[in-house]
Amino acid sequence: MRQTSKRQILGILALLAGLMVLPHFLQFHHQDFMIFLGINILVVVSYRLMTLTGEWSLIHVVMMGVGAYASALLAKEAGLSFWLAMPAAGIFTALVAALLCFPLFRMTQFYFLIGSFAVGEAIRLAWIYFVNPFGGSSGISGIPIPELFGIDFFNPISYFYLVLAVVSLSLLILYRIENSRVGLTLHAVHWKAPLAESVGVDTWKYRSLAFIVASLFVGIAGSLKVHYLGTVTPHQFGVGIMVFVLIWVILGGYNSFFGPVIGAVVLSILDESLREFEDIRPAIYGVLLIAGIMFMPKGLESVAPNLAGWLRQRRTTTDNRGS
Amino acid sequence: MPLLEVKNVVKRFGGLMALNGVSFAVEHGEVHGLIGPNGAGKSTLFKNIAGFYTPTAGDIVFDGHSIVGHSPHSIAARGIVRTFQETTLFQELTVFDNVFIGCHLQARSNIFAAILGSDRARQAQARQRTEEVMAFMGLDERREQLAAQLPLGSQRALAMAIALASSPKLLLMDEPFAGMNPEETNHMMALTRKVVESGTTIVLVEHDMKAVMGLCDQLTVLNFGSLLSQGKPEQVRQDPQVIEAYLGGSA
Repeated sequence: MRQTSKRQILGILALLAGLMVLPHFLQFHHQDFMIFLGINILVVVSYRLMTLTGEWSLIHVVMMGVGAYASALLAKEAGLSFWLAMPAAGIFTALVAALLCFPLFRMTQFYFLIGSFAVGEAIRLAWIYFVNPFGGSSGISGIPIPELFGIDFFNPISYFYLVLAVVSLSLLILYRIENSRVGLTLHAVHWKAPLAESVGVDTWKYRSLAFIVASLFVGIAGSLKVHYLGTVTPHQFGVGIMVFVLIWVILGGYNSFFGPVIGAVVLSILDESLREFEDIRPAIYGVLLIAGIMFMPKGLESVAPNLAGWLRQRRTTTDNRGS
Repeated sequence: MPLLEVKNVVKRFGGLMALNGVSFAVEHGEVHGLIGPNGAGKSTLFKNIAGFYTPTAGDIVFDGHSIVGHSPHSIAARGIVRTFQETTLFQELTVFDNVFIGCHLQARSNIFAAILGSDRARQAQARQRTEEVMAFMGLDERREQLAAQLPLGSQRALAMAIALASSPKLLLMDEPFAGMNPEETNHMMALTRKVVESGTTIVLVEHDMKAVMGLCDQLTVLNFGSLLSQGKPEQVRQDPQVIEAYLGGSA
């Protein structure tokens, strides 16, 4: 229940302003990159809410697919406008998550991890198997692009603004949840579940709540993704993508709200800049990962405070020398 | 009507009979000690009352309602809160946050209130309750320390503070004196008396006989899962069966 200071608010406003100007100076494929980065940030931050309870799932990216398919079908087959399809897709994903709580939260830890993987794969296979309505292996294409008062969201800059708005609002909501009583209770469930139970915390309910809310936001992320791409396929939500999400969260650091964001940003930029070295890209990525985990076990989020501390120390020593 | 009635509780783990038809009653406002040699079934009984185990047979009635089969959190909501053996705390959180979590039952909030901040008044109340409990347990000067960094005595006091935050009717304490030096024991006994004076009923599982004899109004002695003796401390201490169980053979 920290209070946000004026300085922090100003900093966030400055960041948002910078992000609004930035795409105008970028080439097309970098604008593209910014859009997907924004969406991925929502994926990792919503995943973090889930990990607060101590449960790491492998189903998060599949839940993103649930939102993506729901949004695509609502917009294309039911003719719903994107502005209704996106929130509806989020709510639908949350409902699916609520149903999945019953089998999934009978398990904890490794069993939960494996169980979530199995359920996720089952959902993905259903998309492939049921050609009607999911379009099988090739998925659904021709998903309508959003439109509002004549603004053309086919233009990546406009779409980036849309992503920026949706993701910022979602992050604000997730941040408020984490820093509320509910967030503190999720921490409590993680650290000492029996103790939390003994003071009246329904741990099953809180674990489910985290999963449902995380799914709601990742469902919205899925909707944002496929309405930009215009197509949705089962391969976009495979376990390989989930591994990337895990890497972003772990390397960014999962002890603070912004750790996963830093992880997603830094590693995505790194990945993007390694495009030229296509053949050895996985190798470089792998080496950097191992180095990251060895030298920054608390994640990239720990680098800034450490650096700040080091600079402060340096400054004091120089000051002392000066006087 | 007693506050808590344990009626013929049986707990079997496969072929092992951990509790074999144990009955006792706890009156309002008393400190009831649950003692017995190691393996007597004290902790098992304790877990059955707190809902961490479900009895194989028998009934547990609290405040006129059966609580058998209820989950720990709903039993807590009815007014029974337990403390744990050793130091089960939210180690990574401050003393304040530990007690603040303990206020869950009165301060729990829903996700919409959390997002909109409309639970502010309730959280302010909970913060006030946290302050009161910290002051009561003498923890207010350690409020910003992490639970993991506290000395043993303060950790036990904090465990009690977390439990008391929800104003339970019945406090179940699992070996609160284990591993304490005489000074810490005296301090903890004083704290426990204070809690009783404030109107909380206590069931205490404990090995430390000095603490048990000094605090308890009533004792229930278990041995091999069965009731061995029951009564006031001075009666129980002279019961030949109890002496035999503790000292073994024909003492």
